[in-house]
Amino acid sequence: MTTTTTEKPVDNGVNTDALLGAREALTKAPEAAQFKWRASVKWVDGTFSRSTVEGFYGLGAEQKHKTPFTFEADHPEVFASEDRGATPVELVLAGLASCLTAGVAAVAQVRGIQLRSVSATLEAGMDIRGILGADTDVRNGFDGVKVTYKIDADASPDDIKALVAQSQKRSAVYDILTNPTNVTVEVQ
Amino acid sequence: MRRTTVVIGAGQAGLAMSWWLAKHSIDHVVLERGEIANSWRAERWDSLRLLTPNWQSRLPGYGYRGEAPDGFRTMPETIEFIERYARSMTAPVRTHTKVTSVRRNNDGYEVVTDQGTWHAETVVLATGSCNVPQVPAVAKVVPPTITTLTSMQYRNPDQIEDGGVLVVGASASGTQIGDEIRRSGRPVTLAVGEHVRVPRTYRGRDIQWWMDAAGVLDERYDAVDDIVRARNVASLQLAGYPDRRTIDLNSLTGIGVKLVGRLAGISDGKAQFSGSLRNVCALADLKMNRLLDAIDAWASDAGLDSGVDAPHRSAPTEIEAAPPLLLDLSRGAIRTIIWATGFRPDYSWLEVPVVDAKGQIHHDGGVVVESPGLYLLGAPFLRRRKSTLIDGVGDDARELSAHLVAYLGAGTPATRPAMQALVE
Repeated sequence: MTTTTTEKPVDNGVNTDALLGAREALTKAPEAAQFKWRASVKWVDGTFSRSTVEGFYGLGAEQKHKTPFTFEADHPEVFASEDRGATPVELVLAGLASCLTAGVAAVAQVRGIQLRSVSATLEAGMDIRGILGADTDVRNGFDGVKVTYKIDADASPDDIKALVAQSQKRSAVYDILTNPTNVTVEVQ
Repeated sequence: MRRTTVVIGAGQAGLAMSWWLAKHSIDHVVLERGEIANSWRAERWDSLRLLTPNWQSRLPGYGYRGEAPDGFRTMPETIEFIERYARSMTAPVRTHTKVTSVRRNNDGYEVVTDQGTWHAETVVLATGSCNVPQVPAVAKVVPPTITTLTSMQYRNPDQIEDGGVLVVGASASGTQIGDEIRRSGRPVTLAVGEHVRVPRTYRGRDIQWWMDAAGVLDERYDAVDDIVRARNVASLQLAGYPDRRTIDLNSLTGIGVKLVGRLAGISDGKAQFSGSLRNVCALADLKMNRLLDAIDAWASDAGLDSGVDAPHRSAPTEIEAAPPLLLDLSRGAIRTIIWATGFRPDYSWLEVPVVDAKGQIHHDGGVVVESPGLYLLGAPFLRRRKSTLIDGVGDDARELSAHLVAYLGAGTPATRPAMQALVE
């Protein structure tokens, strides 16, 4: 039903053979599919902290990024902070943006759709009376997230919409934001 | 007792297989735990009609010959239709014979029932794929003040108390049950996960007519990209109402049903719904339009455009700006929860190691390759998209009976070659 004919092979820089191979292999070996994602954080001062990701667990063994990555987070000056990094909730938006966009590229590759450009803007509403404790009926988190994609690709408008829809269906961060997750915080 | 073939289950699948076995002169028996068409008798709600039109019930050597080919059968009419089929071929059915175990032995299979033991070289499993309601784990933490029913236990609105109802699941069962309960005057909230939206009629013809004529229903299991996904697709959002009206989320919103996302959890007495409602509806709308695009292309190629109405598209599914994410179950607003979350087969009696971790039989188009002489019939997308339709099981039965005959002709059980060679 969806046919796209192109002169040269579609290349969005995604190795779909590896992804589809992994899906088949992990269906037969579900234990190897069990991953643990990790991050560590150090308080610097005020609302400023520095988080690092490096190691994770998956495919039955400890794994490592090629290099550690750090993320600096702070609060903006309107919160009487020094604004030395992104606000943590903005990092959440960045995570959602990257997750959905990676999904768009992967799904496009599988469906034989050549992407020329993909961009999105994200906006999340929040009533900060929640985090300030000013009104206990107001939740702390987002009251909604709006993502708007602009995609230029060799495909019909409906096929592009279907890419974005399928990307949401397979996105980890979209799932994390739309469904409840048990969170356990302990002190050693 | 010995037969060449034992067929387990006397619904449309077991009877279609019996017709083909008789045609091949294979001596056999059809074992049925209850009456013929048992699931249609005991496991459906009162107002349910078939989702396929009367004409679309072509079984081997049998079909609809009445005055209303475009009507939809009630359950009593469906039972009568299948009973008449059994009588028309004098199928060797043993009713009230419950199979308690099937084991493999040196001669083939031993089928133990509460009415004695049968021995057979070949066994056909035709017990259906909807034996046990598949209720989500979250059902365990529903507050005890709320009554819960599965779609298999639901009969009619009189059965449930007054007050709000949460229907979980928006496929054929959930949408129809939600519609009926809302029309009884009760407030209804419908939790919507992934679903398959189709209009009842399109361009003046039934959607099933189009899917049949355009070959969508004949699509084969070995020709689809991802058969695992195809076998897990939810039932079409369809109803067989006499007035042929379409049921979809917009029609339900129109009568006051409240839509929420997939039921994601229950915590502190509050139901939590996924924030993915908009996307599951977008997926369903896009998928419906792809089907209609394919139908339009087929209609043009077939030269049908002048004989049918012009193409049209249904309005996109309307979702309110911020659908509720929480519903307090402890304050009396919800009195009943109905699980319309699908079914799974029950093979607890099958002592042949061919059932996977998800409770499904491992098979290749109905041939249980790992246990030669064992066959499966009537499962989703067994050999074709239409495999679970009354209209679709006949083609599968024809092909599997031919395989079974070839298997029997290939020597004694001990000398038969590896079955892989016989798999088409």
